[in-house]
Amino acid sequence: MKILNRLAPHPYLTLILTVVWLMLVNRFSLNSLVFGLFLGLLIPFVTQPFWPDRPRLSKPLNLVGYVALVIWDIIVANFVVARIVLFMPNSRRQPAFVTVPLDIRTPEAIAMLGGTITMTPGTVTCDISSKGHALLVHCLHAPDPEAEVATIKSRYEARLKEIFE
Amino acid sequence: MGNYLDILIVGFSVFGGLFGLLGSYGLIKLNDPVSRLHAPTMTSTLGVGAILLASFFHSWAYDNQGSSHELLILIFLLLTAPVTAKFIAKVHISRRTNPDDLPRPGDDRVWASHMNCDESGVPPQQQG
Repeated sequence: MKILNRLAPHPYLTLILTVVWLMLVNRFSLNSLVFGLFLGLLIPFVTQPFWPDRPRLSKPLNLVGYVALVIWDIIVANFVVARIVLFMPNSRRQPAFVTVPLDIRTPEAIAMLGGTITMTPGTVTCDISSKGHALLVHCLHAPDPEAEVATIKSRYEARLKEIFE
Repeated sequence: MGNYLDILIVGFSVFGGLFGLLGSYGLIKLNDPVSRLHAPTMTSTLGVGAILLASFFHSWAYDNQGSSHELLILIFLLLTAPVTAKFIAKVHISRRTNPDDLPRPGDDRVWASHMNCDESGVPPQQQG
C-alpha cells in the first residue's frame, strides 16, 4: 500500500489525466490507454511538490449531480440575462455588490463555488476577503440582494459542503 | 436520418451564433465596468456550448464516429473563463474603488484586492 501511495500520490489526478489523454486521442485503443496511464502516473509524480495536500472528497458521486444542476442553471440564467440585456433599460437595472459569507473552508471548494457563481450568467465573483471567509459577488440585476445570497448559499454552497467536507 | 442531423447542426450553430452576438451587444449596452463582465459569460457558456454541440453532431454525422474534443474544450473553458473574469474584476476593484464603496467583507477586515491599501484607501505606488 505504501509503495502504491508513493507511485500514485494523487489517484484522482491520475484518473483525470488518463481520461483527458484518451479524449485528446479521440479513439480508444490499448496503446493510448497505456500511454495515458503512463502520463497519468508520471505527471503527478513529478509535480508532487506543488500539491502539498490533496482535497479529500467525502461524497465524490454527488459531484455528478452538482455538475448537472450547474449546467441546468447556466442554461436558465442565460435566458434571464439575455432578457435583461435586450429589454431592460440601464436606468431600471439595479446592479449590486453583495457579500456572501462562506461556511466552507476547503480552498478547492471555495474555488469551485467562485467558478460556479461566475459561470452562471447574472452573477460574477469579484473578490475574496483577506482571510477567505467571504466572497464579493456582483449581481447584474438584484432588486433583492438578500435573496441572491440565500440562493447561492442554499443551492451551491450547501451541496459543495456535502461533497468536500 | 442525415436530414434531421443537418437540421440539428444548423439549429445549434445559429443558436450559438445568436448568443455570441448577444454577448457582444451586452458589452456595448451595459453601462458600468463590472456589469459589462456579465455579458461575455453568456457567450462563453451557452454560445460556445451550442457551437460545440453542433460540431459534435457534425463529427457524428459525417465522420462516422463521435468526437470527444468538444467536451474537452467545454471543460477547459469552464475552468479558465472564471479566472479571467475574476482578474478583470480585481483590477477594477483595486484601481477604481475604495474599501468604503463595497459591502463589508463579513468577519474579515478588507477584501483581498484592498489588502495593500493604507487606512485612507489609497492604493500604494506601483512597484517595478
